[in-house]
Formats: sequence, structure tokens, C-alpha cells
Amino acid sequence: MVKILFKDHTGNERSVEAAAGISVMQAAVSNGVPGIDADCGGSCSCATCHVYVDEAWVGKLTAMDANEDAMLGLSSDRRGNSRLCCQITLSEELDGLMVTTPEFQF
Amino acid sequence: MSDTPASPQLDRRPESKWSMVGRDPYAMPLEQIDLAHPGIWKENEFLPFLKRLREEAPVHYCAKSATGPYWSVMKYKDIMEVDTSPHIYSSEPTIGIVDAFEEFTVPSFISMDPPKHDEQRRVVQGVVAPSNLKNLEGLIRSRAAAILDDLPIGEEFDWVERVSIELTTQMLATLFDFPFEDRHKLTFWSDVATAIPGGGIVNSHEERWEAMQDCLATFTRLWNERVNAEPGNDLISMLSHGEATKNMPPMEYLGNILLLIVGGNDTTRNSITGGVLALNQFPEEYDKLRADHSLIPNMVSEIIRWQTPLAYMRRTAKVDTELNGQKIKKGDKVIMWYASGNQDDEVIENPERLIIDRPNARQHLSFGFGLHRCMGNRLAEMQLRIVWEEIMDRFENIEVVGEPERIYSSFVKGYSKMTVVLHPKAS
Repeated sequence: MVKILFKDHTGNERSVEAAAGISVMQAAVSNGVPGIDADCGGSCSCATCHVYVDEAWVGKLTAMDANEDAMLGLSSDRRGNSRLCCQITLSEELDGLMVTTPEFQF
Repeated sequence: MSDTPASPQLDRRPESKWSMVGRDPYAMPLEQIDLAHPGIWKENEFLPFLKRLREEAPVHYCAKSATGPYWSVMKYKDIMEVDTSPHIYSSEPTIGIVDAFEEFTVPSFISMDPPKHDEQRRVVQGVVAPSNLKNLEGLIRSRAAAILDDLPIGEEFDWVERVSIELTTQMLATLFDFPFEDRHKLTFWSDVATAIPGGGIVNSHEERWEAMQDCLATFTRLWNERVNAEPGNDLISMLSHGEATKNMPPMEYLGNILLLIVGGNDTTRNSITGGVLALNQFPEEYDKLRADHSLIPNMVSEIIRWQTPLAYMRRTAKVDTELNGQKIKKGDKVIMWYASGNQDDEVIENPERLIIDRPNARQHLSFGFGLHRCMGNRLAEMQLRIVWEEIMDRFENIEVVGEPERIYSSFVKGYSKMTVVLHPKAS
């Protein structure tokens, strides 16, 4: 199992355990973490699973593809550490991953 | 002999030979089914046609129609595939079924591909940024309250005119900072922009062109006022100051204005009307709502699915390709029937029912998916949520009387009139 720490824009923290192989989005949705709508169900088509990845973890993720980049480009408040978390697949290497959900997703 | 008739204007009339009205989709050859003619949509006969194609020809080629040959994509997952593959299925030259050269159309980013699409969308999407929406909530609520408080109790009136049109028009005037007393023009221009000549709004292309000229002149005047002022939060100010849009040609400006008016106008309007109709058709859901107002946000998404205010979006194949076993040729017209995908029981359980606490209510196709996903979707949801909160504070029941009148269009799926009677809350 992989641990993920979800933080919201007010600083509230929520720790979730999920199986390797599923996406961070799926972990959020199945654990009722607020602020991640996932309208498209995980196909990189709606940009409602936007998160800010803690700097320490940014480099450990698989690089984003052109689709994710395009969808993020049309999202609000994009930052250098923005990712669509349906595109982050959990693995043992990501145990302890920390992400923040943006204010605009509340 | 050409498959494309000389005049789509004539052949989209209600009485034309292309109409499927009164016909049984199961009693005709599959190849003859033509979803594009507006007749079955106006007469509310379209559901069995969608069902037969979903079951027997999920990617269906219609070789002959009033608007030429086209493919119909009927299943949720195939529609998703098309919608999220802009490199294969282009939004240029137009997202309507009628080819651009046959009709007066104006360019806007809905009918553009990247990179130009992304450049233009990025400029205007700030107007519906979440922080802006928060600022609009109070105004929307006070307007909804005023409109609802002004309605007659216990006597028949047209909900479309008094509520759906009035509320959305006021909203649009705010987004554009448009002169409030002239706001009815926004509705008129929006209706004209999508109207089929002969369908009841305009009688000819010339009439439509005249209305569009007036629209351009008015917005040009507003542009000239705003460009010299400090940048503001309204759409016109954003367009006139944005790097990617401040030098755009007049026709493109008109196109983007119309896009934002049309996008925010009859879609929201028809969802407001549709919600009332749906709750009347499924009274046990109305009971559920009365017992628990916290269901409103989820209900809003379900209403938008059930109504599917835009029945389709069109793409054009950029290359030869294959979809669910069918070979599509470069240049072919491909229609994503959102109204069908939202009824696909492989993805959505009991899709013909309104179920206000349905799980995954937001996964419907009505806003599209991918790069072109509706920019105003959270604004639409907010308007609907607020209007239902205010409705539930005031009325025990909104009773629909008789059948609503539907719009003559296979694109805009909505209502021109719906008679209701209001029953107030007991206290």
C-alpha cells in the first residue's frame, strides 16, 4: 500500500492509503477526498483533478504527456508543480507523496 | 447525381421529404435513418431512433440527407474517443452539421484546433474563473429571487418566457456588462445565430445576416468604449485587452461574442426548463428533492445529462481513420450525438430516468470532454443550483400543464414554451 497526503488550500490534511497501480485521482475519489471532481473518470479530458505536487515529489513523477499539458494549459491557476492527478500512477516509489488541491476546485 | 441537395435551407423545412416524423425507426432500412432533420426532435420522437442506432449501428453512415452525407457516433465511449482526439477529428471548419460554405458562419474558437484554439480560449476563460464565479453568486441569487417573487401563484403562465429566458439573459448581460435595458437583444441574436431559416425565428439568410450586422455594430461600439478604459472583468474588456485577441478581425470578434452568447444562453435556459419538466415526469424524484435539498447540486448535473441541451457536436476527419470497426475517410463529417451517448445504458444505468442522487452524475457528455469541454460549465451549474435553491424555498410544486413546445432543431435541444402553475409552500 502507498500513502498519499492530500492537503487543501486551507492547510487541512488527509492521509490516504491506496494500492500501487491505481491513480492518485482514483485514490482520492474512492476515499472521499474533497476537491477532486474527476468528471471524465480519469481519461485526461476534463482537468478537474488538478493538484499541486509538493516540490520534493515533482521530479519523481513520470513526465506529463502532450495531452495532459494541453488540458492543464486551459485550466485555472496553473503553476510549475501542477499535474492532473488521474495521470499519476501510484507505485512504491511514491509512498508518502504529498499534493495540495487548489482553492478553485472547492 | 449529387447527394448534396442544392439548398439545405429548403430541405430542412418541417414538410420536406427528409423528415422522419411519424416514422418507425425499426420499420425502415438502417441506411435510411437520418437523425439530422429537425422534425423528430421537435416532435419528441427521437429517442427510439437513437436507440436503434446505438444497438445496431453505433457508428452509422447516413449517405443522403438535407445536409449531405455524415457519420453518426452513438455510443458514450466512441463519442469520448472522438471528442478527445482533436488531431484526428478536427473542429474546423465548423462544429455544426451544415457545411460552412453553404451558410453564413463566423469564426470562433469552438471551431478551431490548437494552437489557435488554445490561444483564444485562454484569453476569455478568465471571465468564468472560479474566483469570478464566487463574485457573481450574490447577484445571480438576488436576480433569481426577484424573478421568482414576481411570478403569479395558482394561475397558468409560460415558464420559458418568465423564468428560463429572463434569468439567463440577465446573466449574460452581466457577463458582458451589456446595457441592461437592451438585454433582450442578446437573446434575439443568440436565437438568430443558431436558427434554421423557416423554423420560426428568421425567414431567410438575409434576415439573419441583417441581425448579425446589428450585433456586430453594437459590440464594436462597446469594444471601442472598453479598449480605451482600464481592463475590467467583463468579456468585452477581456477580448479588447487580451494579447491574443486585441487585434482580431471584426468577423472573428463577432464569432467569439456569438459563441459566448450562444454558449451561455439557450443551453442554460433549456436546462432550467428541462429540470422542471423532468421532475414532473418523475414525481418520485420531486418527492426526493423536497425531502432533501442537499441533493440539489447532484440533481443539477443529472438534469443537464437528461436534457442534453446541445444534441450533438460535429467534427471533420483530418485523415483516414477507423472507429468501432467503421472506416472513416479524410474529410468525412462526423457527428457526436451527445443526446445518444447520455442515454447509453452500457455506461449510465436506467438512462431514460431522471435520478437526482445518481452516482457519478458529472460524467455525462453534455459539456463535451477534452480541449473543447464547455468553458462555462461551472457557471451553468451555479445558476441552476441557485435557481433551484430559491425555488425550493418558495414553491411546494411547479406543475407543468400540457406538453411543452420544443424547438425546431437537431442541435439545440430545448423548449420554446412550457405552461406551468405554481403551488406555494404551505407555511
